[in-house]
This record gives sequence, structure tokens and C-alpha cells, in this order.
Amino acid sequence: MSFSAIAQVVSTWAIPLLLLLIPLLAAVRRVKVYEVFVEGAKDGFTTAVKIIPYLVGMLVAIGMFRASGAMELLASALAPVTGLIGLPSEALPVALLRPFSGSGTLALSTELMKTHGPDSFVGRLAGVMYGSTETTFYVLAVYFGAVGVTRTRHAVAAGLIADAAGLLAALLVCRALFG
Amino acid sequence: MLNWVWLGLVAVAVVVGALTGRLDAVTRAAFDSARTAVEIAFGLVGIMTLWLGVMKVGEEAGLVRGLARLIRPLARRLFPDVPADHPALGAMLLNIAASWLGLGNAATPLGLKAMDELQKLNPRKDTATDAMVTFLALNTACITLVPATMIAVRATLGSANPTEIVLPTILASACATVVAATAARLLRRLPAFRAPLPPASGDDGGDA
Repeated sequence: MSFSAIAQVVSTWAIPLLLLLIPLLAAVRRVKVYEVFVEGAKDGFTTAVKIIPYLVGMLVAIGMFRASGAMELLASALAPVTGLIGLPSEALPVALLRPFSGSGTLALSTELMKTHGPDSFVGRLAGVMYGSTETTFYVLAVYFGAVGVTRTRHAVAAGLIADAAGLLAALLVCRALFG
Repeated sequence: MLNWVWLGLVAVAVVVGALTGRLDAVTRAAFDSARTAVEIAFGLVGIMTLWLGVMKVGEEAGLVRGLARLIRPLARRLFPDVPADHPALGAMLLNIAASWLGLGNAATPLGLKAMDELQKLNPRKDTATDAMVTFLALNTACITLVPATMIAVRATLGSANPTEIVLPTILASACATVVAATAARLLRRLPAFRAPLPPASGDDGGDA
């Protein structure tokens, strides 16, 4: 059984098992499971709604930036520099967009794989870059939004440094394995 | 810093949009994105409610504290400010486990629960704590054991071996994770990012 097959099985079973085992163990310890569930669940709506202003602010700014074509300008300005470390210029927009938009990165990667083929170097690289890090600005907006934190201190810097590391590692690993 | 990033994105968008004659598209994107944001938030309501309920059951049963104890050695180093058996650690562990498994629907609510627990330890409710930043840095660099979406896209496009990106993806995101934890630890000492002193007694902050 391959690694990803095993992981697939674990993914399928994880949620149903958690949903069964947590209430089961709680019941054994004499917790009134349904009453407690409802008690905890009542905060679900307010938490989700609390995120709205943060998410609107973030997604609007990112959406405007992408629609203006600034990303393409930035990519063409940076291409000579990133070319020095062996990053194909086609893949640069994927890397630049990754911290801002998950769905945008997926669309760009898919586009690249269609044009160059999923098994081309650029196609594989785009695929690995997509999975190498999470969408930093989305995570920050949602997580800080839910608790009302507005002074984020070093969170943006740490998140972006991690993104850069993940994207660079994606490039190096792909060059080693597929180059 | 988020203030500058936000202003920068909007300002560049309007200036570049004006120069490239795409101001219409910029306006449309602003309205569309606002709607998308609300749809995402409302899309969270159901799963958020479900997991908050399940987590409460787990808490009452002592399971969340039990999980916290399980990762004590690692947690003490990553989150020195969080007490050893605090429920925040259990919630963070569940969040990270869910994202490793690619269970996005469970990961976000569990992560928000963790943030809620961390906020209880926060003396200044509008300012991020060291533990929050470390936790979010780990989240923004998350390892995914099976990048299911990308495998599906590659298969659809006729790749000879759709899963060959799995190992490189794990390696790259593992690298991002290590850098995330390191960066969060090193940056917090910089003057620009240092935590402000907790409010003096008598001043309850009043900004929660």
C-alpha cells in the first residue's frame, strides 16, 4: 500500500471516528453529550459572522490588486532576478500570488499545466508550489478576525518569510527531482 | 504592518488600474470580492457550529486537556507562554492534525477554537500574543500529506503520474513549517514587533 493510499484511508476515517469517539468517551465519563454539544455549538454563528469585516477588507484589497494588472507588472519586473535562481518566468506569478489567494493560485497553476502539460517542469513546479504553503493573508484575516485582534505584530512578516521558504524549497526540490 | 500592506494593495490597484485603463475591472473586483468574503464567512457557519459543539463535548470529557498533555514537551518549546495543560494546546494539535490530513472543513473551526482559547490568555485583547503568531505561522506554512486538489487537477489534465508531486510538496511545506516556527521566534524580539506591556491594573483595556 503506497504512502498516499494510506493517507487517503486515514483522511476518510478521521472525521467519522472523531465524531463517534469524542461523544462516546464523554458519555462514559457521564457528560450529558447532547446538552453540552448544543451549549458549545451556540457560538458557531457569531464566530463566523465576526470574521466578515476582516475578510471583506482583505479580499477586496487583494481582488482590486489582481484586477488592476499590477501582479503582471511586478512579475515582469522581477523575472530577470528570479531567473537567476532558475525559476521559470511562467511560474513566477504563481509564486507571487500564493500568499494572497488560494483559488487564484489554483487557477493559475491549472492554466500553466494546460499550456505546458502537467508533466512538464513548469507544470510540476506549479503543482508543488500550490501545496507548499497556505494562503497567508487569508489565514491571518480569518484567525485574527475571529478573536478581534487588529495589532498583528510579527505575524505578517513570519507568514511571508515562511511562504518564501516554502516556494524556494518547492523550486529546489523540483529541480533536484524533475530538473 | 497589515495596515501598510492593505493600503499598499489598494493604492497600487487604483494607480495601476488607472494607468492600464482597467479601473472598471478594479471596481468590479472590489464588489465581487466583498460578496465572496461574506459567502465564505456564511459558508463557515454550519461546520463552525458543528465543531464548536463537538469540541465542547471533548472538553467536558477532559479529552482536550489530555491531548494538550500529550504534546507537552514540544508545546513547552513552541508556546512557552501557554500553561502546560491548557485547552488551547489541545485545540491547536487537533487543528494541525486536521490540516495535515487535508481536512480543511475541520481544520478552520478547530483553529478558530484554538485562537479563542489563546485569546483568554491574552492580557491585551487587540494585540496578538507570541503564541498566536507562532500558531498562525505554522498554519500559513501548513504541511499537507495528500494535496488532494492538485492530484485531482493533474489527473484530469492527463498526467502520467498525478501523485508524483506528493513527496516534493511534503518536503517543501515541511521546510516552510520549520522556517515559520523559527521566524516567529526570532522576530518577536525585534523592537518593532515587541509585545506592549499589559495594561496597568484598573485599566481593563475596554477594547474587547
